[in-house]
Amino acid sequence: MTVDAPPPPLTDAPLMRDWIDISPAGGVTFLSGRVELGQGNSTALLMMVADELGVSSDAVTLETARTDRTPNEGFTAGSMSISFGGQALRCAASALLVQMLDAAGERLGCPPQELRVEDGEILRHGVSTGLELLDFVAAADLSCRVADLARPKAGGERWKTFRDMPRIDLKERLVGAPFVHDMAAPDMLHGAPVHPPSLHSALVSLDLDALMARPGVVEVVRDGSFVGVVADSPLASARAAEWAAKNGTWEATRIEAIDPVEVIAGSTADAETVVETGDVNRNIGRWYETTVTRPYIFHGSIGPAAAVAVWEGDEATVWTHSQGVFQLRKAMAMALRTAEEKLRVIHSPGAGCYGHNGADDVAFDALLMARAVPGRQVKVVWSRHDEFRAAPMGAAMATRVRALLGPDNVLTAVDVMVNSAPHTSRPGAGGTPNLRAAAYLENPIRPARSPDVPAARGGGADRNAAPTYKVDAVRVQRRLVHDLPYRSSALRSLGAHNNVIAIESLMDDIANDIGLPPLDFRLQHMTDQRSRDVLERIAVETREAREVSLPEGAGWGLGFARYKGTGGYCAVMVRIEVDGDVRVTDAFAVADVGEAVSPDGVKNQVEGGMLQSISWTLKEAVQVDGSSTTSKSWADYPILKFSEVPRVSVELVERPGAFPLGAGEISQGPTGAAVCNAVRAALGIRVRNLPITRGAIIAAANA
Amino acid sequence: MPEFREVSCRVNGENRSFVVDPMMPLLHVLRETLGLMATRFGCGEGTCGSCTVMVDGQAVMSCDLPAGEVAGKRVETAEGLDGDPPHPLVAAFLDHQAGQCGYCLPGILMAARALLEGESTPPSRARIAEALDGNLCRCGVHARILDAVEDAARHMIRR
Repeated sequence: MTVDAPPPPLTDAPLMRDWIDISPAGGVTFLSGRVELGQGNSTALLMMVADELGVSSDAVTLETARTDRTPNEGFTAGSMSISFGGQALRCAASALLVQMLDAAGERLGCPPQELRVEDGEILRHGVSTGLELLDFVAAADLSCRVADLARPKAGGERWKTFRDMPRIDLKERLVGAPFVHDMAAPDMLHGAPVHPPSLHSALVSLDLDALMARPGVVEVVRDGSFVGVVADSPLASARAAEWAAKNGTWEATRIEAIDPVEVIAGSTADAETVVETGDVNRNIGRWYETTVTRPYIFHGSIGPAAAVAVWEGDEATVWTHSQGVFQLRKAMAMALRTAEEKLRVIHSPGAGCYGHNGADDVAFDALLMARAVPGRQVKVVWSRHDEFRAAPMGAAMATRVRALLGPDNVLTAVDVMVNSAPHTSRPGAGGTPNLRAAAYLENPIRPARSPDVPAARGGGADRNAAPTYKVDAVRVQRRLVHDLPYRSSALRSLGAHNNVIAIESLMDDIANDIGLPPLDFRLQHMTDQRSRDVLERIAVETREAREVSLPEGAGWGLGFARYKGTGGYCAVMVRIEVDGDVRVTDAFAVADVGEAVSPDGVKNQVEGGMLQSISWTLKEAVQVDGSSTTSKSWADYPILKFSEVPRVSVELVERPGAFPLGAGEISQGPTGAAVCNAVRAALGIRVRNLPITRGAIIAAANA
Repeated sequence: MPEFREVSCRVNGENRSFVVDPMMPLLHVLRETLGLMATRFGCGEGTCGSCTVMVDGQAVMSCDLPAGEVAGKRVETAEGLDGDPPHPLVAAFLDHQAGQCGYCLPGILMAARALLEGESTPPSRARIAEALDGNLCRCGVHARILDAVEDAARHMIRR
């Protein structure tokens, strides 16, 4: 194999047949463990294999994430679909190509090196042979190891015949019914869970006979404090579940009302040092300091969590929009105390999840309810209220950054302390199922303390807590705060959103204090050319817009980071106007994600991350009372609306052939930072407690 | 027990009759009775716009509209835009790749269609945004969606 190191997914799934299936009729299907979450990765993965083979994208098919067929690639998360999953698939396609061209060479009586493929046709020395590549699929031996054969195309050899491609699944999402929510079967039943109002409450009484007698109810399931209603229509199950919620009684461990952000910011729990280079305990120069907090944030899928399950004997099949079908299977088997092999878990599209939301929980709800009606599919779609009270939330955080400005205005030390609720409670994390209902079954398995995400995988609370700047001494500590009564888990970019805001706020504060343009001050602390390139380019892209004079209450702000310190580079500048509320009028980004398989897909991801981050940063805060969330509907939890959306421009620094770095999570931190810095520029007020609402600005002005 | 009643209306240009509890939300009739699944359930309380359809040319949220109220009326859903060639709005959304997860898109298509069919000149971007304010998008595709609707307006409104 000509690649230096095989992509990591090939370690656990080394054989060609792990990645490729050939039907008796000769149809080639590539198998990926990555799931399509709406980010367009299935289109990009298909493009990568088609490009490697030299065939059109409709000549082969792609099947994703099912425990009975595809490789186990872990969770589709962390912007690694293309970097790892795609590279592995490209290698598998390469191995297949090698075998087919060997066979073609034999037929033509020439060495395979003389052959290449263009648009499905085999060319010899660039001249048509009249042979189609896919006529040689019979020559494939899928028992071979991918790494023994693969010679994936080098950067310059890729994308000769086609470049970029529209999403293969968009039309169906516009006018069709591709979601797990839309699955239909003649005798399908519909389930609705009646989750206890909080993780700390238990069911005391509920008249199950009366519930059973509600209109349309077919079966009622009770296991410990979990109650599920199975009915003949979605509306009947939803209404019966509402009736149960009103008529049951639950006993809650009394938890006093608290301000979660205050508790997290004030925590004195043990801190763990995750980065330490040089000694930050030095004193030559001047220390600057800031602390930025954010509240809990909802994932806020527009489509509530949903799943379909059916039991046949002691085996079950579950259709789910989980990010990790194998991990979900393992977690559900653990919770049911059954063998994993008894469960088959198949990915089916859901609404955008943006991380670990209720997808896994609802799959387990469906499995529990379907057990009561063997042989019949049960579809469970959570209510909006379930979505807001039962799903894991994005973690609340407080990030304190101290920076020492030494002689010649050079930063010599940065010391970061991140206090945060944990950023992962995915199925299986910490060795427990972490499925909501599992915590209150008759034989419960409570969630273990979250270990958070290890630094080797980009960290969780500490993600991007080390600045992307050249500084002699850097220390990052993280303090996980476990004693809050809420469930938090991965939300797009994890700790990077708040950490980048904190670091970039301080960079701006220092630059302002010493009278340097914020961009210049950042460039002075950059030795890495790719970082410099995106920063210099953002200055160019925004130059014309920045020359227009600003009205009062308007300002520009800049934010920059390299995601996880190892991923994509992104610089963002925004222009805002403040008239009571902050409104972003213009948002510019420049990104370098290495080779962009689908440049338009990358731009779409970066744009989406920007708009989502503007929403988080300006508007979003989960309201809580004691152990429950009190935001019940979109009316209590406003997000960015169409009329609040800025003009958006995204430009890519093209790096053909460079390692693809992922795009889905690179812009959230820089965008949040740019917004905060623009507010500072517009008003002269540094708002340190998100979201930057009218009230937060007044509070900061009076602080 | 609710009293069931026959309701007749035109759905995507076809006469349809169904016997339902007239208080049942139209959304459930579309999805469960008629099998028209492109109209999505998002919140069930009229706050997200995922279930937007057109009734007699007006954009309405079908999750809190009693089915009995559409008797004798024209109901249009996103399925009705799937022609050959596709409706200019669908074509524009595809052109601009204005989508990520797509859950909100059918509702947005119908809100946009209701707006554009009621205008005699292409509406401003601000007016389009205002017309879509009842429709939430979480993936952050808003800017592309506005581009696509502006584009479709130029094709749909030629005067």
